[in-house]
Amino acid sequence: MQDFSFITTWIDNSLRSLMPGWLTVTVECLLIGVGLLLVYALLALFYIYYERKLCAAFQCRLGPNRVGPWGLLQSFADMFKMLIKEIIHLNHIDRFLFALAPYLVIIASMLAFACLPWGNGIQVIDFNIGIFFLIAVSSIGVLGILLAGWSSNNKFTLIGSLRSGAQMVSYELSIGLSVITMVCLAGTMSVEGIVAEQQDLWFIFKGHVPAIIAFVIYLIAGTAETNRGPFDLPEAESELTAGYHTEYSGMHFGFFYLAEYLNLFIVSGVAALLFFGGWMPLHIPGWDGFNHIMDYIPSVVWFIGKAIVLSFVIIWFKWTFPRLRIDQLLALEWKYLLPINLVNLVLMVLIITFNWHF
Amino acid sequence: MANITDKISKLFPQAVIEGDTNPVVTISNEQWHDLALALRDDADLKMDYLVTIVGMDWTENLGCIYYLMSTTYNNIIGVKVLAQGDRAMPYIASVADVWNVAVTYEREVYDFFGIVFIGNPDMRRLFLNIDWVGYPLRKDYDENPALNPISTESERQTDFTDVYTLVDGKVEKHQERIFEKEDFVVNIGPQHPATHGVLRFRTAVDGETIKKIDVYCGYIHRGIEKLCESLSYPQTLHFMDRMDYFSAHNYHHALCMLYEKAAGIEISRRAQVIRVLMDELSRIASHCLFIGTYCMDLGATTMLFYTLRVREQILDIMEKTCGARMTFNYDCIGGVMQDLASDFVEDVKALLSVLPKNIKEYNEVFTGNVIARNRMEGVGVLSREDAIAYGITGPSGRASGWACDMRKLQPYSIYAELDFEEVVATEGDSMARFKCRLREIEESAKIISQLIDNIPDGEYCVKVPKLIKLPAGSWFQVTEGCRGAFGLYLESDGSAKPYRLKVAPPCLPQACVVDHITRGQKIADLITIGGSLDYIVPDIDR
Amino acid sequence: MEVTTKSMPYEAWKDNEYIEKLVNELRESGTNIVVGSLDKLINWGRSNSIWPLTFATSCCGIEFVSLGAARFDMARFGWEVARSSPRQADFMMVAGTIVNRMVPVFRRLYDQLAEPKYVIACGSCAISGGPFRKSYHVAKGIEDIVPVDVFVPGCPPRPEAMIYGIMQLSRKIKVERFFGGVNRQEKQKEFLAAHPVEGVED
Repeated sequence: MQDFSFITTWIDNSLRSLMPGWLTVTVECLLIGVGLLLVYALLALFYIYYERKLCAAFQCRLGPNRVGPWGLLQSFADMFKMLIKEIIHLNHIDRFLFALAPYLVIIASMLAFACLPWGNGIQVIDFNIGIFFLIAVSSIGVLGILLAGWSSNNKFTLIGSLRSGAQMVSYELSIGLSVITMVCLAGTMSVEGIVAEQQDLWFIFKGHVPAIIAFVIYLIAGTAETNRGPFDLPEAESELTAGYHTEYSGMHFGFFYLAEYLNLFIVSGVAALLFFGGWMPLHIPGWDGFNHIMDYIPSVVWFIGKAIVLSFVIIWFKWTFPRLRIDQLLALEWKYLLPINLVNLVLMVLIITFNWHF
Repeated sequence: MANITDKISKLFPQAVIEGDTNPVVTISNEQWHDLALALRDDADLKMDYLVTIVGMDWTENLGCIYYLMSTTYNNIIGVKVLAQGDRAMPYIASVADVWNVAVTYEREVYDFFGIVFIGNPDMRRLFLNIDWVGYPLRKDYDENPALNPISTESERQTDFTDVYTLVDGKVEKHQERIFEKEDFVVNIGPQHPATHGVLRFRTAVDGETIKKIDVYCGYIHRGIEKLCESLSYPQTLHFMDRMDYFSAHNYHHALCMLYEKAAGIEISRRAQVIRVLMDELSRIASHCLFIGTYCMDLGATTMLFYTLRVREQILDIMEKTCGARMTFNYDCIGGVMQDLASDFVEDVKALLSVLPKNIKEYNEVFTGNVIARNRMEGVGVLSREDAIAYGITGPSGRASGWACDMRKLQPYSIYAELDFEEVVATEGDSMARFKCRLREIEESAKIISQLIDNIPDGEYCVKVPKLIKLPAGSWFQVTEGCRGAFGLYLESDGSAKPYRLKVAPPCLPQACVVDHITRGQKIADLITIGGSLDYIVPDIDR
Repeated sequence: MEVTTKSMPYEAWKDNEYIEKLVNELRESGTNIVVGSLDKLINWGRSNSIWPLTFATSCCGIEFVSLGAARFDMARFGWEVARSSPRQADFMMVAGTIVNRMVPVFRRLYDQLAEPKYVIACGSCAISGGPFRKSYHVAKGIEDIVPVDVFVPGCPPRPEAMIYGIMQLSRKIKVERFFGGVNRQEKQKEFLAAHPVEGVED
């Protein structure tokens, strides 16, 4: 399996030979920051294109196909336009919070972005509570949404953001519990550790029944976390015009728009990490030849590929199901998902204790 | 009919009764409220459905004609009441406590004619804004644009309703609050994706729960009734396309029939069949679009594209024959504008063959979906009594168990000889309204398949004089549009222009019942209920 | 410099005198190479990403729905991101009659659109009042209320006509200049100065 850490080591060594240690760290931080931002923007733009094309396919349409080859440049055009579109200054709003909100949302997804296992040896930060950190920072996003709704001084945004608050707080529980279920199986919270544990077999196969239950719950809760249909109540188009970001224009709206797609990527990335081995290629115990061939596919491709396939499922949800109502949404979480999740956690612990997993 | 008139003259000897098939009773304002109660409650009369209130200006005096229908005996009568008082403040006793829908109809008459209804709890203008000068449908209305200039400043708005009472023979006005002082009022519309056009709901909410809704219409009020009075009869037809643009054929058909009845024109069998075929095709197209937009309101956007596929196919058929995708202007006095396209039969058969497959698909994608069922079942329940009292006709009324299909009750054209089932459900919730429309597509397909192979030969349009003059008199008829009972009242003074053409659209009561059935439901249910009632805003406002 | 549209021969598009005039004006005034290419990039972005506001009052709105559906699919051009909030939309397709009571709401919607904003008057009602011109409660064309960029005639216009109209708008955006001398916005300022609304600046 190709280990990409030689690139980072090489950069580190060559920088260290040129400058003192503190400067090296600063330069490396900058490099990583710029690199992440670039990947962030590119992925978001790709995802916008991806969703528009997929949605078109579900609806028997063609989708964007005139800007650039196969419409590939469509989302770039959108971004150019959004960058220079007027940012409207409103009266009677809380200006500071209004301006802060989109950045909070984008920072939350940036931070979560840094913890993802991109490939063998190219993870940005890895520490012993990696997955815990990831869950913690990704919930900063809800603050941004709440602030956006509150500071806009608009009744629709207020309803939207309060819906979002109720929804996110509830579904965070399900995400947390299904993550804990998988952490039990892995025995570590370190992202690198979780990936390494799946060397022989992905967790979805290894943990069989409870892992599959946890995966289904994670996927539902993850869809809700990203505010996507059928759980898109905070921005329900037909009910609240544009929900919590009704009053945002120009690039501020662009941030919400990008963050929505990035969150989609992060949720599917974490699902790939917990259930489908992160960047780990598909390994089947005993099939050495097959495993060897799989190793030739670079780990980055594995990770991003898995995330994109999982996103496909989430996008599929959105373009198929009607929207839930707020009371049904909360009932689904508190009456069904949470109890099932708790039982599932116990089941997983039993399976691990008695060593019933593969 | 004779027993009705006998009964009325026994109870109210002063009443003057004219006409046989649709008798018109003339009664004084003092006795009107008692007569109204008797008409509704008497076991032999049971006039429980108020079709419409026609405001009239006979220049020397103002008045109203109430058209009532019995859901038990299925007959229609008109009641003519002259307003008391002078032209500055004419008044009539309100019947808002007898038929709930009268609250809205009386507001409409007040808006157009300035007749005040004593005892109506909400006597504001309905379509025009509160600063409007004059009453546009009066014959002496001053149309000078300087009186009512187009202004870009926000219209003045009040939190109070007007209520008029009669104290010692004098009309007195006082005001009542619409919302409580501490209510959190959200303004939904006029520019809002869920209102299907420019309707406005001021919604008092408690958290996500709706406490009260105040409906504002008139954001697309185009004054069609007034415009008709200055146009010759054939020229008035095209407005029918632009009210409920999905029932364009049905409305056209209705108005042509009314004129033909008044002028005594017999049209050929071929024209009749073509008209019915077009009516039913547009019913399918209309219901298809309903399903699509309704699902989109509920968040299932993809369904819209599936249903529009069928609609496009129907539009293709129409386009080949009528030459337009919408606003066809196809039916004309004496028949239809031009003959069917050569491959009409073939195309319709192709459509009929794909319909069952598509309906099956809609059911698979949406109706059976657990989320959709939870969103619709038990939401916005409208009982049969309420449906009648609020005048909710069409598929929405039939979903509440009221068999109100005018094609069956007041058969017109060739509907009497066709074999089709009237779709009636009993639940009265949004799901029932949705399913009723789905099943009506099948019934319409059944009608089309009966006719498509037997389109008789003959002329498609009989010769009618270029300038049509109708004899003096008045006519009233109710037909079935795609959304419910479509009433038309015509009064002619013998000239080439209608003296008064009153259009009673099915959508106005449907918009006004929203307040009644959304109380206590969630904001999201407002969208479900509004969508399932399927009102078309230009049809409400005219 | 010419206004080109992908896979459309320039000759097929020469029918719009107004745009030809603008192109000539631009040619004469000359432009800095850096600023000029930046302008080109910006205009490329703007002209290829015009998001409509979901706004419809009557019949034309239904044709606008058809425009989004599979048969006509405006998504091909990237117009399908219909925003419900005017702050996020680029143009408004005035599909339907604007009546007296709607005028203040309509004008407010226009004021709420973020710059650069465009208006397409779609259908005869929006252009002149159409069949309702003689009515007591109909605005005789929206030209007196907001500045209009493109008129699409028809009652209602066919979806193809709407596509044509929006493509013309896209061409018009291509001859705009972000840096200095924004030809359209000058006109807009004049218009807004001549048609003020109380309590709204700019």
